[in-house]
Amino acid sequence: MIEEEVVNIRSEDLHKKISEIKNAGYEMLVDLTVVDWYRKRDNRFELVVNLLSLSKKKRIRIFSDIPNENLECKSLTDIYPGANFYEREAFDMYGIIFLGHPDLTRILMPDDWIGHPLRKDFGLGKIPVQFKNAPKV
Amino acid sequence: MDDKEKKQKENIQDSEYWATNAEQGGWSLSSTDEGSQEMEKEETPEELDIQMGKEIIDDYIDSETPSSEDERMIVNMGPQHPSTHGVLRLQVELEGEIVRRVKPVIGYLHTGMEKTGESLTYSQGCTNTTRMDYLSPFFNELVFSLTTEKLLDIEVPERAKQIRILMTELNRITSHLVALATGGMDIGAISMMVFGFRERELILNFFEKTTGLRMNHNYIRPGGIAADLPDGWERDVREILEEIPKKLKDYDQMLLDNPIWNGRLRNVGILTTQECFALGITGPSLRASGYDWDLRKVQPYSGIEKFEFNVPILNESDVFSRWRIKVLEIQESLKIVRQAMETMPKGDYRIDDKKVTPPPRKRLDESMEALIHHFKLFTEGFKVKEGEAYVAVESPRGELGCYIVSDGSSKPYKMHIRGPSFCNLQALPVIMSDSPIADAVASIASLDPVIGDVDR
Repeated sequence: MIEEEVVNIRSEDLHKKISEIKNAGYEMLVDLTVVDWYRKRDNRFELVVNLLSLSKKKRIRIFSDIPNENLECKSLTDIYPGANFYEREAFDMYGIIFLGHPDLTRILMPDDWIGHPLRKDFGLGKIPVQFKNAPKV
Repeated sequence: MDDKEKKQKENIQDSEYWATNAEQGGWSLSSTDEGSQEMEKEETPEELDIQMGKEIIDDYIDSETPSSEDERMIVNMGPQHPSTHGVLRLQVELEGEIVRRVKPVIGYLHTGMEKTGESLTYSQGCTNTTRMDYLSPFFNELVFSLTTEKLLDIEVPERAKQIRILMTELNRITSHLVALATGGMDIGAISMMVFGFRERELILNFFEKTTGLRMNHNYIRPGGIAADLPDGWERDVREILEEIPKKLKDYDQMLLDNPIWNGRLRNVGILTTQECFALGITGPSLRASGYDWDLRKVQPYSGIEKFEFNVPILNESDVFSRWRIKVLEIQESLKIVRQAMETMPKGDYRIDDKKVTPPPRKRLDESMEALIHHFKLFTEGFKVKEGEAYVAVESPRGELGCYIVSDGSSKPYKMHIRGPSFCNLQALPVIMSDSPIADAVASIASLDPVIGDVDR
């Protein structure tokens, strides 16, 4: 069975700590995503990094709050090249800037899209339907 | 005329004489090309190993003189290209017929499923996730259900677990059959395309009988499965178990020793274990590079640890081994299906928890409580306590993970799917660059990307 571990790291130390964790035997970056705690927490965005050690059969999930003032974080692509697409997705969907990323462009949405769709204050895109004889509100 | 020229003239006359009157006496080396022919050299053991495919040689082409910028050409492949498996677009930089750089451009099938998932209840969530990786829908449902069950802290009955295993392993066979079929078609083995889809239909008929749909089943749900297996399901599964191995033998006869197939696939698109680790690539591609990693063995889910099966490992790490490992995995999946069929336990197929499972239709006429539960479940949905969970299963393409954050309501606060195809696509520049454009299609097919899973 795989053991699971959860850690919190401050965003300033994230890059350094993750390279230490990689040296401790976590070979693979499995997943990187962001949670939007809109109006629920002080720091709105939380980065979630999921690392896997294939040799030791361990997983580690790293949480890191991104400060509201500047939505920036050092890119992990120099440690794990596989973070490339995930960071582009996080930028596309949440607007987090990853400093030092080789090609930080939109990945899923069109290039000229305005806004970041997975943010909680971005609308779902439902179109209101007007019924003919609906009572006026 | 000096001496030197005289001698030369004599020499020419000599050789002409001998060339025209060979039977009049002897022969000289210059008069005939016999003797200048040499036997082909014996291959050294290293060369033999390369020819047999035992030794991994990355057949990249490296020119000694770098060409200037204007000799290179950027070509768009896709998004409307039959061998990009959907709407994948590749920006390919060519130098002659050699691919120098590749950039995958994705997002043409993006429908915002993760955003939609946040507005659907947990019981509706499976209808959403099942449409992501449309070739292996059961795995998507399974991983969503397992994550929800982990957050709810419930355990489904044994029969439900075993049916889940039965269906997912059958699904693995169908998914690999499509991979073999489309992979064959891309390289020119059109018969393989027809065969693969024909055998897949056999299993899809069983899916249709069980779940009502050929794809996008919404069969595995949080708390169990939607319905019990139909009457006579064992007969159908037995037929599948008899038919598929025969057909696999046919494929092997057609392709395994086929010189064209071998020539097109061997030593093409090398992806080593180190590259897999760096880029986060899992599944058949990692196992074809010689690393033993299968979540079914390492992190068993839904009671798969009870079954006996092997994890096939190959060391060549080329397109051929990525093709071969899919055939071997179908055989292993058949073993699991057979065991699951023979040891299918009796009992309930969904959890006996009124807060999660809707009551049967019959009970609604008898019990007020059942009616209330039914109404609450289908209007509001069941509530999941606060927390977050990540669960991963071994999908046909690699690690399929689901990360759900719950805020205590009946809808997930965040639902994120770690799709294996999305991650595996990062390997395309590695395996395609510095190789001929003819190999590009074989390389794409070997990764087996499903664009529904990439774009979500």
